[in-house]
Amino acid sequence: MSAVSALRGFARRTLALARAEVLHVIRDRASLVQIIVLPLVQLLVLSNVATFAVKRSPVYFVDFDRSATSRGIVSRFAASELFDIVGQTASPAAANEALLRGDATIVVTIPRDFERDLTRDKAAPIGLDVNAEKGSAAGIVQAYAAQILTDYSAELGREITPTRRNVVDATSDVPPLAGAGHIEVRLRSWYNQTLDYKHYMVPGILVALVTMIGTLLTAQNIAREKEMGTLEQLNVTPIGKAEFITAKLLPFWVLGMIDLGLGLVAARLVFGIPIRGSLVLLMGSAGLYLIVALAIGLWISTLVETQQQAMFLSFFVIMIYLLMSGLLTPIDSMPHWVQVASLVNPVRHFVSISRAILVKGAGLTEIAVPLTTLGIFAVGFLTLAIRQYRKRVA
Amino acid sequence: MSALYGLLRKETYHILRDRRTLGVLIFMPIVQVMLFGFSISTDVRDVRMVIVDPTPDATTLAIRDRFAAGGIFRVIGVSQTEQPLDRLFRTDTAQVALIFEPAFGRHLAAGDAAQLLVITDATEPNTGSSRQLYVNAVIQQYESDMGKRSGAVRITPQVRSRFNPTRESTNLFVPGLMAMVLTIIAALMTALSLTREKETGTMEALLVSPLRPWQIIVGKVAPYLGIGFVSVLAVLGVAKIVFHVPMQGSLALLLAEGTLFILVALSLGILVSARTSSQRVAMLAAMMGTMLPTQMLSGFIFPIESMPRPLQWVSIIVPARWFVLIARGIMLKGIGLTYLWRETLVLAAMTLVLLVASARSFKVRLQ
Amino acid sequence: MTAPADGAAIRTNGLTRTFGRFTAVDHITFDVRPGEVFGFLGANGAGKTTAIRMLTGLLTPSSGEAWVAGHDVYRESEAIKRDIGYMSQRFSLYDDLTVRENIQLYGGIYDLSGDQIRDRTERILSRLGLSHTAHDAVGALPLGWKQKLAFSVALLHEPRIVFLDEPTSGVDPITRRQFWEMIYEAAHAGTTVLVTTHYMDEAEYCDRISIMVSGRIAAIGSPSELKRDSEASSIDEVFVRLVRPELAGRGGSAA
Repeated sequence: MSAVSALRGFARRTLALARAEVLHVIRDRASLVQIIVLPLVQLLVLSNVATFAVKRSPVYFVDFDRSATSRGIVSRFAASELFDIVGQTASPAAANEALLRGDATIVVTIPRDFERDLTRDKAAPIGLDVNAEKGSAAGIVQAYAAQILTDYSAELGREITPTRRNVVDATSDVPPLAGAGHIEVRLRSWYNQTLDYKHYMVPGILVALVTMIGTLLTAQNIAREKEMGTLEQLNVTPIGKAEFITAKLLPFWVLGMIDLGLGLVAARLVFGIPIRGSLVLLMGSAGLYLIVALAIGLWISTLVETQQQAMFLSFFVIMIYLLMSGLLTPIDSMPHWVQVASLVNPVRHFVSISRAILVKGAGLTEIAVPLTTLGIFAVGFLTLAIRQYRKRVA
Repeated sequence: MSALYGLLRKETYHILRDRRTLGVLIFMPIVQVMLFGFSISTDVRDVRMVIVDPTPDATTLAIRDRFAAGGIFRVIGVSQTEQPLDRLFRTDTAQVALIFEPAFGRHLAAGDAAQLLVITDATEPNTGSSRQLYVNAVIQQYESDMGKRSGAVRITPQVRSRFNPTRESTNLFVPGLMAMVLTIIAALMTALSLTREKETGTMEALLVSPLRPWQIIVGKVAPYLGIGFVSVLAVLGVAKIVFHVPMQGSLALLLAEGTLFILVALSLGILVSARTSSQRVAMLAAMMGTMLPTQMLSGFIFPIESMPRPLQWVSIIVPARWFVLIARGIMLKGIGLTYLWRETLVLAAMTLVLLVASARSFKVRLQ
Repeated sequence: MTAPADGAAIRTNGLTRTFGRFTAVDHITFDVRPGEVFGFLGANGAGKTTAIRMLTGLLTPSSGEAWVAGHDVYRESEAIKRDIGYMSQRFSLYDDLTVRENIQLYGGIYDLSGDQIRDRTERILSRLGLSHTAHDAVGALPLGWKQKLAFSVALLHEPRIVFLDEPTSGVDPITRRQFWEMIYEAAHAGTTVLVTTHYMDEAEYCDRISIMVSGRIAAIGSPSELKRDSEASSIDEVFVRLVRPELAGRGGSAA
């Protein structure tokens, strides 16, 4: 048989099955909900919900000093957008209550003689009780509070000692100064000026949704055929392994791409997510990633017998991948061994590609490394899945 | 009663025989606890910094050394121009850039302001802010060392981290994970199990038997209550042993509230199964109605206070939200019913409402 | 023993399949001649379905030999699939696709050209009187029509052998008769038909039958031969004698 006619045969058989697959999906209302409604709802809700930003943290003051200096501190916190003063009391017990009830995130306790100590010794302690129930937020809140205090102490320093003197200290690494210069620090945030969490989360959410469709739906779909016996009917026909797999995966690949496209449109229009890089590049990477996700779904389907098992196993695998992908929290914050492990996680690579393209405007050369890795995964996982799938039970 | 016992036994065998599902049900929570514990973290360390120093001198070198020595930053390169910055940031090779203005040291020595431009990758806002604050701290330390000899003022914060002294993220996620696990087991599995009987037609056989409807439900659902309990204990066990999650309050109260939550989830599962006839639809409905809201709106990962108002209202009807509050309160704050009676009441009310609704739906469908 | 030179449609020799310690099919040996209507009988769990799955290339045998349409089941299972048709008890046509779409699907899978598919679709539809339902979902058809349609689709690519697994389960007697007429038509046209059934009266319609008991072939031959050898008046009686000798009242002896 010539190569051309073999190819034509392949195409004809594959397309015949693929066509039937598409018809199945379109006519099954549950599938449609899973493919369109569910991801849309998830995208809309999650994008609004997924944030670790700290807005106006409620702060409680216990001021034992009641001096001009201590009132200065209170006013600095009041002026800050990051804090919201919810109470001032002389009773530490009341402040503690507020913490216990969750009304306050931070309690600032200014001890008696605060102003006196500061003027006399140039140093004084201040109490910060941080409600760490909320975890990472606590760290940021504390840092912001500390920053306010540091700025305030710098101000006070300039008031209290208006002149600077030169001191040469042989033991310090600070070189001798001729004058009294100071360092002016200018801060600039790249890629996310407004510090909007959506810019960080939405690309990741899109990846998660596409992964759900690619892996979960494929696994469920094939498992259902197994359960209902329709798979057997196909196995008895001369349709080849490669043809069957292509016909099965192709519709879901297309659906995944469509969903991603729709998701991007929604992200842009509804949430104002920037699209700074090339959309073509992003969709191309997505196409590659989807192959990996689909292959994983196919592999899962060979391990299970029922739809229910397919669903649970898929969730399990997807969850592990998602948690270690840098979707929720940055990979740099994870322990070293987790970072290394995440290198074999295809989701991680696609998440970093999407963020790089959407938020940072990266081009092909800049995503070359994760993209190549995805390519290798695509070939590897697909080969594995095809090997694993059998038309005949041994 | 022996009929009920027989049904219970059959259900248990059925569950035990489906080893794949059972395996996932048991391992998933444990793996989740481990993953959440190890991977969800916002520590700032090993920050990759690139330095742009057009005119290096003693001052800039001194400042550069401060950063290199600090332990938080890692200087990955020094450049004379800003040209490589775009690529370094886009490939995530550098996360912070420190840019000295030309003749930095000279300006400082002359008593003028010397500009230091700090660029941080703010894709992840909190990390970006943290890095900025750390940079600031190093600079201010340097300045204060410079000016120690000229009498600056220092306010020293004495920080106490309440309720979560080690700030372990696990402490926060464990309550939410318990809610997730229980929701999956109690709501999803129950709904699937009951609809499967409907689908295969065996439900009718059960109804024709001497078993009363409530007995059928109890018989099918009780094993999941047991599994749910075991899972919760497993999660707590792992959390305690591996991550030293605290249990400040009463374990008995926590388990009691957990049981209450299981009842809520079970009633949801029964309600879903009463209204659907196919497993696929039950699966979807259970997911949309229980799992997704639990993940997204219960406050276990994303704080409720940061959500837009309408979603905050929606979260009020998500049972997991209340359980997370209760569990966190008991485990981290050590509070008891005196503070938690409101939340407990809400859960109890939900159970009642859902049970009544599902009982009515069930009867209507069957008769 | 090599591939059958005499052109037997199906030949097995000591075909066996075990699952762990359970032997589902125990060294069965039989031939099916081309153009024959061969009845494959046995109680539930006797091993019929397992045997068929081995012959259709769905299951690898544990030991023994078998050839279907001249192909070795071990090494040429994919070649077998081109030459056979299959209609299973659980499923054969997709309920949510229309009649036409189902035919198009199988036509495409079996490498029929567009014209061939069109022609044969018309032929099937007019033969069954279903031309007006071509665009209806198969799920909407009554069971009897579904079965007949499924049989026609199994023959769509004009295979040499067709395997029918309990094709008339749950169908009314009139439709059963019509179905068997279709089977005879196919056999007359040269197609070998291997059919399993638990309706003993249908066994009488076959050229030859085999009866499987606990994985072994307890009897094989034409219906009249078996009845004569067992001194029974119906295949039903033959069956009972073989499967439950104690019920037959005589010492159960197999032919």
